[in-house]
Amino acid sequence: MIKSNIKLLVLSFLLLISLRPLQSAEMVDPIKVDWSFKGLTGTFDRASLQRGFQVYKEVCASCHSMQYLSYRNLGEPGGPEFSEQEVKAIAASFEIEDGPDSQGEMFTRPGKPSDKFKSPYPNVQAATAANGGAYPPDMSVLVKARKGGANYIYSVLVGYEDPPPGVTLDDGVYYNKYMVGNKIKMPNNLMDGLVEYADGTESTVDQMAKDVTTFLAWAAEPELEERHKTGVKVIIYLVLLTILVYLSMKKIWSRIDSEV
Amino acid sequence: MSEHEYVPKSKAAKWFNDRLPLLTLGAHLTDYPTPKNLNYWWTFGGILTFCLITQIVTGIVLAMHYVAHADLAFASVEHIMRDVNYGWLIRYIHSNGASMFFLAVYIHIFRSLFYGSYKSPREVIWIIGLMIYLLMMAAAFMGYVLPWGQMSFWGATVITNLFSAIPLVGDSITTWLWGAYSVDNPTLNRFFSLHYLIPFLILGLVVLHIWALHVPGNNNPVGIDIKKPSKDTVPFHPYITIKDAFALLVFMIIFAGFVFFTPNVLGHSDNYIPANPLVTPAHIVPEWYLLPFYAILRSVPDKLGGVILMFSAIFILFVLPWLDTSKVRSAVFRPIYRQFFWILVIDVLMLGYVGAMPAEGVYLVLARVGTIYYFLHFIVVMPVVGYLEKTDPIPMSISEPVLTGGAEPSLARKVNDKV
Repeated sequence: MIKSNIKLLVLSFLLLISLRPLQSAEMVDPIKVDWSFKGLTGTFDRASLQRGFQVYKEVCASCHSMQYLSYRNLGEPGGPEFSEQEVKAIAASFEIEDGPDSQGEMFTRPGKPSDKFKSPYPNVQAATAANGGAYPPDMSVLVKARKGGANYIYSVLVGYEDPPPGVTLDDGVYYNKYMVGNKIKMPNNLMDGLVEYADGTESTVDQMAKDVTTFLAWAAEPELEERHKTGVKVIIYLVLLTILVYLSMKKIWSRIDSEV
Repeated sequence: MSEHEYVPKSKAAKWFNDRLPLLTLGAHLTDYPTPKNLNYWWTFGGILTFCLITQIVTGIVLAMHYVAHADLAFASVEHIMRDVNYGWLIRYIHSNGASMFFLAVYIHIFRSLFYGSYKSPREVIWIIGLMIYLLMMAAAFMGYVLPWGQMSFWGATVITNLFSAIPLVGDSITTWLWGAYSVDNPTLNRFFSLHYLIPFLILGLVVLHIWALHVPGNNNPVGIDIKKPSKDTVPFHPYITIKDAFALLVFMIIFAGFVFFTPNVLGHSDNYIPANPLVTPAHIVPEWYLLPFYAILRSVPDKLGGVILMFSAIFILFVLPWLDTSKVRSAVFRPIYRQFFWILVIDVLMLGYVGAMPAEGVYLVLARVGTIYYFLHFIVVMPVVGYLEKTDPIPMSISEPVLTGGAEPSLARKVNDKV
């Protein structure tokens, strides 16, 4: 009796969920990419992370901040894993404002690994004003802040198209197939051969979009690899303990004439 | 409570126990006669205790690193995620722990509804449980505000604005709740303070909940009164403790699956966008465990009416023991009520689903139908069915259907199959 009711329950729930596509017809689903960091044991592609950082640094960073990351993160396990020397060199290539000194003056100095990523604009208002009234969002947790995550970010990067007939765009507004509402104020900044990858990988638009999305996925979840690894161990431990407790329970309950 | 008085063995223990009978309490909890036929739906009490302790422990650690200020809250959460040792683990346990807590409490409540655990003589246990549930909702709502993301801010705005529907004094009350003229830094500060307070209130009520439970003892799947202790009962330890431990471990595996492999699936992506009072999200949705009530709220075109109906949906549960007219507790022996029970389950799931959808078109119709049925179930179905229903024969004791199978084999088999 109870079993058949549960079946009914599941069926009616599935029916409800199948109603959903009727509602959201105007949105184009993002492209599904087979990311290396997907799945229960997913890890980041180290080389892709390093290339992605290069794209971020040379292209995105001129408008987008990443205020929650520090240069030291670039050398930490589970990330791009640049060597200590490389991290120091990357940090030192930025002029960071510090102070006040003993005279009360602010001064600039070369960056250190402990510094946060330098923002392109002093504040949100300045960033908004410089970009035609649209604030380029901080990219630290961007992948977690968008429905569809990495797939969505990648899709937007490769989703620029000429607007379909009948759609008129204002100056400084671009048409993007995957962007919510299809209108985006960020121009299509990626073009083939834009950056020169140190490892010799050909820098196609698709390659750069994948690399920088991988980098952003790591930036949003720098703990991902450790989380996956710890998770597998925790689950194995819990399953073994559950089996032991189950056997103990059976043994204890065998003393009386009742099922457990 | 127990038949024979507990006497500590050592002289020192006896000296202490005469002054504060903690050891007697311990002995009572260990020996507590529990029906031996409890099924796994009865393990959620222990699981819920685990959830509460987990939330308190992880919450205390998070509070050491969190900053309750509108300009710093979002950044401090990212600081926890990135710079605090295992901060990501502690925060993900806490945020997913809230969902697991509600999952367990909903199973616990529906178990009570199915087996009639709210009925005499257990009305006070039921009412204390509902108070715990109300406090849980308050704690969860305020906790969701603390990261100060877009959903935090706009969720808080929507929910606190409900109070403005109160005639005459509504706006004053809302301003008083906010501590400002909109959801702002003072609101965040007081929500943090209350979010820290409420779990300890819940802990106090949990003690009362268990105390009230230990007066009549557990209900059981057959729903009949049993003699305690007797051959129908087992001592709580080790029989129930080991069974609860097993169920808890299975629960923890699911919990760990969320924490380690899909830690954000139950949250909303917009909450990783810092709160912005100037930009309203396209759809403001509460956390999944509040969605059925959200659907009821939005099913009424009038704001005050919606608020009244939403609160009624919870408060009607307080009088449930007196709305149910059936003498039989367990739905196992109530063929008609059992059907309505499952309709209610489907109804609440459906309300939860449409609560997540925009309030328009077919969803609005479903929300209205669901809301009407929800109230009909408690106001009409429960009193009428209890009065008219012809219930199945009830066994004399838990052991009977098993032991005296020879006398009435059909009944014995039937009862065993159902339980």
